[in-house]
Amino acid sequence: MPLLVAAVVSACQPQLPETVRSGLVYCSEGSPEAFNPQLVTSGTTIDAISQQLYDRLLDIDPQSGELKPLLATHWQVNDSGTVYEFTLRSGVQFHQTEYFTPGRPFNSDDVIFTFNRIMDKNHPFHYQGGGNYPFFQSVDWANLVERVVATSENTVRFELSRPDSSFLSNLATDFAAILSAEYGAAVLAQGQPGRIDSHPIGTGPFRFKEYQKDVLIRYYRHKNYWREQAKPEQLVFDIVPNNARRMAKLFTHECDVVAFPRVAELGLISQRPDVDVQESTSMNIGFWAFNTAKPPFDDARVRLALAMAINREAILQAVYFGYATAANSVLPPTSWAYNADLPQLPFDQTQAKALLAEAGYANGFSMDIWAMPVQRLYNPNALKMAEMMQADLAQIGVRATIVSYEWNSFRRKLSNNEHDSVLIGWSADNADPDNFFRPLLSCSAAQTGTNRANWCDANFDRLISQALLTSDQKQRRSYYMAAQQYLAEQMPLLSIAHSQRFQALNSDISGIEINPYGGISLATAVKDVK
Amino acid sequence: MILYLLRRLFLLVFVFIALSILAFSLGYLFPGNALQNFTGMTDIPAELATQLTAEYRLDSGYIQQYIAYLQRIFSGDWGLSFASKQPLLQEIKILLPATLELAAYALLVSFFVGIPLGIIAAIKPDGIVSRIISTLAIAGYSIPVFWWALLLIMLFSLGLGWLPTAGRIGVLYEIPHITGFMLADILLANSQHQTEALLNALRHILLPTIVLATFPTTVMIRFTRDSMLDVWEQSYIKTARAKGLNRAQVLYRHGLRNALLPVIRQIGLQFSTLITLAMITEVIFSWPGIGRWLIDSIYQRNYPAIQAGLLVISTLVISVNMLTEILHTLFNPLARKR
Repeated sequence: MPLLVAAVVSACQPQLPETVRSGLVYCSEGSPEAFNPQLVTSGTTIDAISQQLYDRLLDIDPQSGELKPLLATHWQVNDSGTVYEFTLRSGVQFHQTEYFTPGRPFNSDDVIFTFNRIMDKNHPFHYQGGGNYPFFQSVDWANLVERVVATSENTVRFELSRPDSSFLSNLATDFAAILSAEYGAAVLAQGQPGRIDSHPIGTGPFRFKEYQKDVLIRYYRHKNYWREQAKPEQLVFDIVPNNARRMAKLFTHECDVVAFPRVAELGLISQRPDVDVQESTSMNIGFWAFNTAKPPFDDARVRLALAMAINREAILQAVYFGYATAANSVLPPTSWAYNADLPQLPFDQTQAKALLAEAGYANGFSMDIWAMPVQRLYNPNALKMAEMMQADLAQIGVRATIVSYEWNSFRRKLSNNEHDSVLIGWSADNADPDNFFRPLLSCSAAQTGTNRANWCDANFDRLISQALLTSDQKQRRSYYMAAQQYLAEQMPLLSIAHSQRFQALNSDISGIEINPYGGISLATAVKDVK
Repeated sequence: MILYLLRRLFLLVFVFIALSILAFSLGYLFPGNALQNFTGMTDIPAELATQLTAEYRLDSGYIQQYIAYLQRIFSGDWGLSFASKQPLLQEIKILLPATLELAAYALLVSFFVGIPLGIIAAIKPDGIVSRIISTLAIAGYSIPVFWWALLLIMLFSLGLGWLPTAGRIGVLYEIPHITGFMLADILLANSQHQTEALLNALRHILLPTIVLATFPTTVMIRFTRDSMLDVWEQSYIKTARAKGLNRAQVLYRHGLRNALLPVIRQIGLQFSTLITLAMITEVIFSWPGIGRWLIDSIYQRNYPAIQAGLLVISTLVISVNMLTEILHTLFNPLARKR
């Protein structure tokens, strides 16, 4: 019994080891798919691995959205916009772990190794993990970048086949993490190439220690980090998929930071003095995409009619609890290319019926709405949203059936375009407007299966390609304005909302900010020791 | 006595054969392809499939297949888990100690709390103390374990903030896996922060232990009390009292030993209930044991894991049952003679 009393009392004991006292526990909503950002798209994985383990050549300033130097100290572009030359930072060390000791600092070989893995089919690691690089495929990287060459030990040249004004922004995304060529050679020599993606080595603020699937990820501070050392000595991602359980762990201080608190509970959380809620506008879009290759959704009038029949205002209240901005375009209003002159799409079921009749469906039809089974920032409750839409659609004579599968099968079936329509969304990885158009609605995205509307339109593709050929922002904006106008007329997808991102944390934690362009960084988190 | 042990052992072997036949037939009874259910591999390429079919004897009769299955079980090749693609035996080796640890603490608590309370309740069967104990025992016996767990979490974790809600130890403590028993591993790990880690682990184990111990404790109380009352009526107790032994001496030398015999037998009988309750407790407290793993496997339709998990748990229950039976016989000369 005295032991038990001691155990209870020790809750407020100050004598704790350093790794525990300054350690940070981030309770995340799911397990990562891999420890290499090149291979993944899910925000859960990016949050857990990208900013903690790796650095990129460039960084995005979270306030202004401008590019900043990171592993590249400066860069030059030739006049035609097809050759980029980067000068690399010297003295950057890779992680030293139980399974790898780096023999040299970061240099141009690492950059070449990293990007050749993505585009060179003969690269020893290209097919490791399936040979899929979803983000880079969606921006057509393999055709854009002709080659990457080292001009000296600390300068690298990227030669492009055409000018692309989103190129630098793409290099700054969380997916463009720099791997170690030396480590690649080491795992290859050991005959275990798979370890490059499961036992990561990077230059980031933390180094990998262990991963237990569905339980936790453990990192320790990278002692030779080139910037200021990470504040937490230890960083643990405690994997808690259940929302209620994650909140309970926050209240008992088992978690220091909690990803994605349920918006319905924000009121409850903010009442507690020991817990803070942070919010930030985030670059994302939740939408309803129609499979435009399937009749009747190949008719723009049908798509418009369906879009008009939906009461989006009610959805904002019931699904997002008001913590979101109504969307009028796929681009959020904070983007510089946002078209503020777009006419508002009316909620008008009479007009919707008329449009349906005009298209030859006066008596309506039956369709499926696919609702994703997981909670995502851009759509916290797709099933509820689908139910509301089902009721709205019934008003214009369209009989909707709600379909859902387990998340992995759901995504696989979507990529095969088995759906009629789907409720899903997108979170941007960088500030460039191209990041909303090309990965979502271009023909190349339709081929790789990330274009949920299965929409391949030559006019639209021409507009967004032309926007990439120039770096003049005014000119680019005019192309994007036209593209948004065109989308509003064609309606391959109905934009619903731009959600805010929330994060709940103990009030003794400071120094964490939500990055609107992708993954969270926890290196600057400070725990106020009592 | 040796004959008795042999008889028991024979029975154990027989029950195990019955269980393994059941587990084996699940490979066919579960949906999907038997080869996948036995190997745990999905998307098996054609040439590998022929090779595996031969290796698993799936092309011969059921009896040969069953013998091959038994051989694999004993050689440690239990197939892979659908979900993690890891060898099942490896996973079970990591998970089983966590469940055993929890169940062991709960049993210990039920001994050290249940038996004394049962004795106290038997001393004055109509007294107020006895009535209170009996009432608590009935309440504890009938309370649903998940509700009880949630109540305790609400009070001690969310309300008072004293105890954590999940896991075996704070995630910031890195304890290497040696025996799989958390407290033993902390002592073996030999870090300089042993005491803090130990206290932290104790805070984690407190609530699950209380929850899991509730049911067996109440069973202990009721059995000890009833059996004490029974024994107290026996003539040898009266003789001992008449010989001039005081109450405590009689209780200790003649009463307790005889009264506890049926209680030992109860442990064996209650063990299967305990394991079932441990599964629920593990789910509620995110305790990384075999029960939670088995329930997850059912959700994920992880057939190889269900098969292996059922075999392990039922073998465990049967073995413990047998063991207590043998202990009971050892302590009871009457049963030994039979």
